[in-house]
Amino acid sequence: MNSAEVSLKDHSIDTRHGCILYLENLTVSFDGFKALDNLNLYIDDGELRCIIGPNGAGKTTMMDVITGKTRPDEGTVFFGQNLDLLQMTEYEIAHAGIGRKFQKPTVFKNHTVYENLELALHADKDIWTSLLKRLNTDQKETIEGTLETVGLVEQKNIRAGLLAHGQTQWLEIGMLLVQDPRLLLIDEPVAGMTHQETEQTAELLSSLAGKHSVVVVEHEMDFIRSIANRVTVLHEGRVLAEGAMEDVQNDPKVIEVYLGS
Amino acid sequence: MIKQIAALHSFRGWLLSFGLLFAAIILLPVLNIFVPEESFFHIPDYMFPLLGKYLCYAMVALAVDLIWGYTGILSLGHGVFFSMGGYAMGMYLMRSIGKEGVYKSDLPDFMVFLDWKELPWYWYGFDYFSFALLIIFLLPGLFAFVFGYFAFRSRIKGVYFAIITQAMTYALMLLFFRNNTGFGGNNGLTDFKRILGYSLQEPSTKMGLFMITALVLFLSYVISRYIVKSKLGRILTAIRDVESRVMFSGYNTLHYKLFIWTISAFLCGIAGALYVPQVGIINPSEMQPTNSIEMAIWVAVGGRGTLVGALFGAGLVNVAKSWFTVAAPDYWLYFLGVLFIVVTLFFPKGFLGFFKSFSIINKVKEPANE
Repeated sequence: MNSAEVSLKDHSIDTRHGCILYLENLTVSFDGFKALDNLNLYIDDGELRCIIGPNGAGKTTMMDVITGKTRPDEGTVFFGQNLDLLQMTEYEIAHAGIGRKFQKPTVFKNHTVYENLELALHADKDIWTSLLKRLNTDQKETIEGTLETVGLVEQKNIRAGLLAHGQTQWLEIGMLLVQDPRLLLIDEPVAGMTHQETEQTAELLSSLAGKHSVVVVEHEMDFIRSIANRVTVLHEGRVLAEGAMEDVQNDPKVIEVYLGS
Repeated sequence: MIKQIAALHSFRGWLLSFGLLFAAIILLPVLNIFVPEESFFHIPDYMFPLLGKYLCYAMVALAVDLIWGYTGILSLGHGVFFSMGGYAMGMYLMRSIGKEGVYKSDLPDFMVFLDWKELPWYWYGFDYFSFALLIIFLLPGLFAFVFGYFAFRSRIKGVYFAIITQAMTYALMLLFFRNNTGFGGNNGLTDFKRILGYSLQEPSTKMGLFMITALVLFLSYVISRYIVKSKLGRILTAIRDVESRVMFSGYNTLHYKLFIWTISAFLCGIAGALYVPQVGIINPSEMQPTNSIEMAIWVAVGGRGTLVGALFGAGLVNVAKSWFTVAAPDYWLYFLGVLFIVVTLFFPKGFLGFFKSFSIINKVKEPANE
């Protein structure tokens, strides 16, 4: 199989206007509670954006909407200018190039680390390919390379369920990398990580920006300070403030609802 | 392709598999024909249909394991697919009785009894073995495909899926119980005389059927093994463990579930078709909800997610059943219930998992934690 053809396919996302993700007038309500309330958010192509906000601000709901898990009551979600994500299913969205890391680390615990990456790898994902094809050399190299990036070379034949918490987080990030998405949505990547692991993660995510667009939801302020160019603060399902970290930190509205508490 | 298949087992694994196949299709017949009857090693004629029946059950267990053990979808309706294959074979066997029935009519006896004058349209074609074979190969899978498509598309899973499969088998059982449905009502189809011209009373026919069953079981095992050892197999277990992650990795899990569900029904249908000529009867009681539950128990007892475990479980439970229903018929269901509870509580991975845990526990390296 020609691997170049595989990795170029699906990447026909129209970003001529510089934006990769458009969320407009999004409203999601659960039994009357508005998890998202007329949210507008734009992510630039190749940008690394941090999203913060107190619990219940709608961060995870927003990710659910982007990845097709939750359907909004109102509003539009476009990936590039041409792909209407609200018309697509979860797997189509993933295939179009949006990868997601869950808040609770979600890997395949009964599979080895290597197999986890194999399953996530960007490739044809139809039944017959899965049944009949084996990994080619390029694909194996991609996996080996990613194992090195996330520091799990020695653990590659271990069941993922046996990994330490930090390693599990890294494996999930690795799974996102081999999926080779245009846009990565990362929910609380450093929760439960040691200080050193947190630093390494910050480095890794910063290095991804440019080639990929990255959206990180996180509580850990030091971590955000270390990676973010731009920060968006969500509050009660709306954007409260947006801008450079220092500006946002000094914004009285933000201090009141979030940093102050 | 050959290389991939060869890699499915270690050398020892293949040796064992082929050894068992050899024992079934060569050794047992030799022991039957060439060893004198008074010898301890003689295999009596009646053993062949009995063993053949167990092999059919083992094939069912294989099918249930693919969908439940590997993919995490509990079906309590596999009796339907088994019966579909069984009835298709039974219809051919009925037609091949010819005019030798009790009423000396060209129609099957039960139709004469119902005072039907001609063959219903859905019996057309069953005069031919090839047509029956086509139906056996296509119908259970097709039925499963349609049923599965609607169930999986609506994202019905877990206990809800199990319940609707129970409802499905119960509904079809009631349908087949009716005389007017045209499949012999509660008596089902029986009194078969011959298959492809060979008398079903002949020991050699019985032996032949057994040998074919062993061969088909072997092939089913190899196919199943090929599936679970491929990337597709790993995707199935991933669906079982965290389906949402599989979807967010870009797989259309509907297709995967539908694929394995259909394969499972296909294997089950073939098992049913092989079962009927050896047992000599197919009736709606095969679609009793308890029958399908028992199939799941075989797999649970042997060990879910291990094909060998499923085969082993089917054998173990059914040998126990054969013995129990003679020695203490009233207590069989109690025993089965207790067995299921004990296995679930103390051996969640089945007997095979229990034995395996001794040998593997030392091999798994703990990760280097800081």
